[in-house]
Amino acid sequence: MKKEIVVKEKASNQKEGKRGTKPHGLVPCLLLGVGVLFFLIMLVFPLAEVIYRSLKEGLEVYGAAIMAENTLSALKVTLIATIIAVLVNTFFGLCASWCLTKFDFRGKNILSTLIDIPFSVSPVIAGLAYLMVFGRMGWATPYVEKINEFLGTDIALVFSVPGVVLATIFVTFPFVSRELIPVMQAQGTAEEEAAVMLGAKGSTVFRKVTFPHIKWALLYGIILCAARAFGEFGAVYAVSKARGKTFTLPLEVDALYMAGSAESITQAFAVSSLLVLLSIIILVLKQIVEYRGKREL
Amino acid sequence: MYVEMKHINKNFGDFEAAKDIDFGIEQGKLVALLGPSGSGKTTILRMIAGLETQDSGDVVIEGEVVNDIPAGKRGIGFVFQNYALFRYMTVWENIAFGLRVKKTSKKEINKRVKELVQLVGLEGMEKRYPDQLSGGQRQRVAFARALAPSPQLLLLDEPFAAIDAKVRKELRDWLKKMIAKVGITSIFVTHDQDEAVEVADEIIIINEGKLEQMGTPVEIYKRPKTSFVSQFIGTSSVIDSFAGFKGFDEIKENSQVIIRPEFVEVFKSDNEKFKSLLPASEEGVITEISFRGSYLELTLEVNGVSITANRSLERRSVEIGERMHVLLYRVYLLEEDDARLYKNSLLKGVDVEAL
Repeated sequence: MKKEIVVKEKASNQKEGKRGTKPHGLVPCLLLGVGVLFFLIMLVFPLAEVIYRSLKEGLEVYGAAIMAENTLSALKVTLIATIIAVLVNTFFGLCASWCLTKFDFRGKNILSTLIDIPFSVSPVIAGLAYLMVFGRMGWATPYVEKINEFLGTDIALVFSVPGVVLATIFVTFPFVSRELIPVMQAQGTAEEEAAVMLGAKGSTVFRKVTFPHIKWALLYGIILCAARAFGEFGAVYAVSKARGKTFTLPLEVDALYMAGSAESITQAFAVSSLLVLLSIIILVLKQIVEYRGKREL
Repeated sequence: MYVEMKHINKNFGDFEAAKDIDFGIEQGKLVALLGPSGSGKTTILRMIAGLETQDSGDVVIEGEVVNDIPAGKRGIGFVFQNYALFRYMTVWENIAFGLRVKKTSKKEINKRVKELVQLVGLEGMEKRYPDQLSGGQRQRVAFARALAPSPQLLLLDEPFAAIDAKVRKELRDWLKKMIAKVGITSIFVTHDQDEAVEVADEIIIINEGKLEQMGTPVEIYKRPKTSFVSQFIGTSSVIDSFAGFKGFDEIKENSQVIIRPEFVEVFKSDNEKFKSLLPASEEGVITEISFRGSYLELTLEVNGVSITANRSLERRSVEIGERMHVLLYRVYLLEEDDARLYKNSLLKGVDVEAL
């Protein structure tokens, strides 16, 4: 009996959520029209143009552009950078938001501000900063070389894939933690304290008590982080100069377009369509996550 | 002493949450930490639990200093304000949590959870989630969850604050009975003096981080030791310049006193029963009458001060502006931090209680 009532309440809540008056009268219709027009001109037409241009010369050319060696290499680098950036930032984002919301310590506000640096610093500057630190003249280069000597490896941090990964990590750093912090803050610490009082260890508290609260926010943060990671241009541009080796998809698009020939421009659009496709996938995922997250609240 | 706080101090920045708190609680007692909000009572509870660390002093449980023992290992059950039930776990999982993390066998967990569900009367609700329960049911779950690992000490932070007034009374009785049944030493925090008086064996009154008084409800009610306690407990009116009342010649002029409604007798001049007490009484005029549900509250102007008294509905009716006789049985004289009881000297030899 009780259960039925609960179900009904949920249903009525949903209805309430969808309620809203239909636009009547001149002003609302005009505003709506302007909004839609703006949306079409600024977002839909340009993206449709990308798809149209990429397919203009026929599927064969499209396929060739996608399967070109440089494109595949760029796709690979993009995916590597995205996956590593997402993993690293998920881990550190979780740590940072856990620390910032569940504990009290000195310098908490400073840490909270530091997390946001990538939002305020232009990506190009971030890339250049890496160049200054790890480049040929950078102060960190001798240390990197020493580590390389010691490990018998040959890792270079600029003009290489690791550099691209680092730059991507820098730019996408705040996404996960910024999604998590409000959720964790709203949840408070009472449940964690209850778990601690019952004798649970830190890891158990996180797995059993904190995680169920934040899982949708976490997934949402990861999706945003991924979207930003594979679209990044500026920061990566500063540390990646070798086409076919360290170029990511956005850099490849730029290079093709800058080549200027009719053929390469078509190729640029074909490669762009790959990014558009990835964006659409992300958009759909984001919608699903948002919907499911809301339903559980 | 089962639980002892020894000279505990705690500051949050500039705010002193505990100043030299020192008390002991005997095993099996149900004790209330009572004080206004912001008095530091919750901080004291959290320091016993280990959720907060004192700046100095010792927390002793069963003769052992537990300062360095983490919260989860002190053998304490804690019922949080608003209960803090695990939202994504069922009633059953909530209660079982403390047993699961202790790696108790499945069989034993089942047995214990079943026992507790029965104890708190939540049979049939094991599969519900906290948001499908009423406030009272949630409190029961919180209580069962805290008791599951068989703690030696139960701490409750404002256990009734989240419950509406109607159910609160019922739950108070329930909790008191439950704690008696389990026989566990318990400390609860409250800002509601009725709650403390009704539920607790002993009351510890905290104000501004200081322990004001500890004692049984009757002791605290009858013999408040400090001016704060005398004002905080019971309904009382503070009179800033008390003077010229018959029977209180010892009290200097312009002293500050506290008069509770039960210290005052109000009667009409033709009242036979109080005839012999007429010489000990003053005259006053009723300035206000309010109906309080089961009695009347009268405010009278006597000797230039206003005094509050209660009047049974069974007695003759009175009206505003009526002259009445007002007899003071006793008052609390406030001197700095002390509260001293003064009896009406003209009533010596009169058996006041027989009236």
